[in-house]
Amino acid sequence: MGYPHKPHARETVLLSKHFGEADARSYKGWVKRGGYEMLERALAMEPAKIIDLVKESGLRGRGGAGFPTGLKWSFMPKEKRKPHYLCVNADESEPGTFKDREIMRWTPHALLEGAAIAARAIQAEVTYIYIRGEFTEPWAVMAKALAEAKAAGVFGRGKIHLHRGAGAYICGEETALMNSIEGKRGNPRIKPPFPAAAGVFGMPTTINNVETLAAVPLILKQGPAWYKGLSLASPKSTGTKLFSVCGHVQRPGNYEVTMGFPLKDLLYELAGGMRPGRTLKACIPGGSSVPILDRDETESCLLDYEGVVERGSMLGSGGVIVFDDSTDMVYQIMRLARFYAHESCAQCTQCREGTAWTTKILERILAGQGKTADLDLLLDLSENMTGKTICVLSDSCAAPVVSGIKKFKNEFEDYIAGRRKPVLVA
Amino acid sequence: MSVSAHPTPPAGTEEYQPVFTGQTLEQLGEIFTRYPTKQAALLPALWLVQQARGWISDRNMAEVAEVLGLTPAYVKGVVTFYTMYHQHPVGRHFVQVCTTSPCNICGAEAVVKALLDATGARELGATSPDGKWTVIEVECLGACGFATPVLVDDDFIESVTPEKVPDLVRKYN
Repeated sequence: MGYPHKPHARETVLLSKHFGEADARSYKGWVKRGGYEMLERALAMEPAKIIDLVKESGLRGRGGAGFPTGLKWSFMPKEKRKPHYLCVNADESEPGTFKDREIMRWTPHALLEGAAIAARAIQAEVTYIYIRGEFTEPWAVMAKALAEAKAAGVFGRGKIHLHRGAGAYICGEETALMNSIEGKRGNPRIKPPFPAAAGVFGMPTTINNVETLAAVPLILKQGPAWYKGLSLASPKSTGTKLFSVCGHVQRPGNYEVTMGFPLKDLLYELAGGMRPGRTLKACIPGGSSVPILDRDETESCLLDYEGVVERGSMLGSGGVIVFDDSTDMVYQIMRLARFYAHESCAQCTQCREGTAWTTKILERILAGQGKTADLDLLLDLSENMTGKTICVLSDSCAAPVVSGIKKFKNEFEDYIAGRRKPVLVA
Repeated sequence: MSVSAHPTPPAGTEEYQPVFTGQTLEQLGEIFTRYPTKQAALLPALWLVQQARGWISDRNMAEVAEVLGLTPAYVKGVVTFYTMYHQHPVGRHFVQVCTTSPCNICGAEAVVKALLDATGARELGATSPDGKWTVIEVECLGACGFATPVLVDDDFIESVTPEKVPDLVRKYN
């Protein structure tokens, strides 16, 4: 659902509080809402103190990996011998995820303020906000907001630049993003060295997701204890999270809830449940790169880093893709595999060949040409694609395939046995 | 709202023109100040070329290479990595339709079909005989809750259905 829309009573509206308010996008409008007060405070604070506050809050990266943000910042050299950089990952491309887009469209200054505070904490003079090329509207909003904030002189000596991507999912991987800023092909780098030692331009770099940074001013304002208290289940998952709900629900859109919120309630209450006469079949809770949950797992899943792992998947980026009983799971898993085959940077053999062959085998099954042995072949391929490459793109392709075969094997078998009408894939 | 004007001439009707002169050269000069290396201006420079000419020819890649102190082969290597850079002329309106899973289950393939029919492009990647339209399928546009999102040039249009396609096409025709 597009904004403006009223938040649901069970949402905890912090990041999305000003979504839909057109004048919140302007510098003046943001200042009127208390914006940039925390940046002013942060610029007068010791960097180490800011890092401590964020550490205490329990904030973890919202891009997918869930790494503790304060800890990540603390890896930067304390004594500055080289230029430090901050990169903001606004390359939101994970199928099912559209939360950063909304933050940039409606509250660009929340991101700018969070980024400037982070830059202060890690002693970076230059920040690059890497926005995916297709995000034309968020780009325009961010560019205007940045120009206004610059003109107002709120960043002190810090510099913030926007950098436009050009259509490559892999550039959301942190080191690929850095290569892309450097004017290179977006190939992920072998780690170590980690970005805090040698990141963009070979200099100490921290990279954070849009949603992570947008939460930072709130933490400074209300204190880490308050933020830490926003937790319904696991104490290791704190704060609120924007969940992008899409697919077969009546009210798709972004919903902000406290960590630990039941996935079932998100789908049936906030997002309005399935279409009339339809029932839930499956759900991908954290963007397309995480294992698929079946109905029982979905309905018993708590939305925090630990809760989703307990059900056999991952919280990822919070992109919740919902499939009802009308879904052809084999076809959709093929579509996901095709996505990864298209987006593989092709550096690593396991990924380049694995994603392509996984897609071809799934297409063959759909066409009615599959063999029973194909399922084992897919699983074997997936095993060779997991944990063996520079980045996790090939693992991400394997996740829906392995979980899909495990949980919806009968659908694959129906195609193979000729019980289902073949689908010719273009 | 758009990032830039996108005046794409019909296929094959335009002679090579250097891009980095006058105002565009000044823009590039400003871009250089953002990065510690000239090479880092490559992606923005390629965007400037595409905005000026609608696509990026080999000659323009060589021009970019020269102004950034890179080799033409290196520039081509980068151009070919990123799917949004056109290595061939495209229709005056370039249409990208998301057909990845979340949009797919909400009917994205029917939107593609409707667009191919209404624009006269007929085939994915082909340009309509009047030179106006090229339609391609793309992977995830990052607006999955607004299925099906469609990019027409730099206009990001949400919640497109096959029924809305004829009006949408008429608006640009």
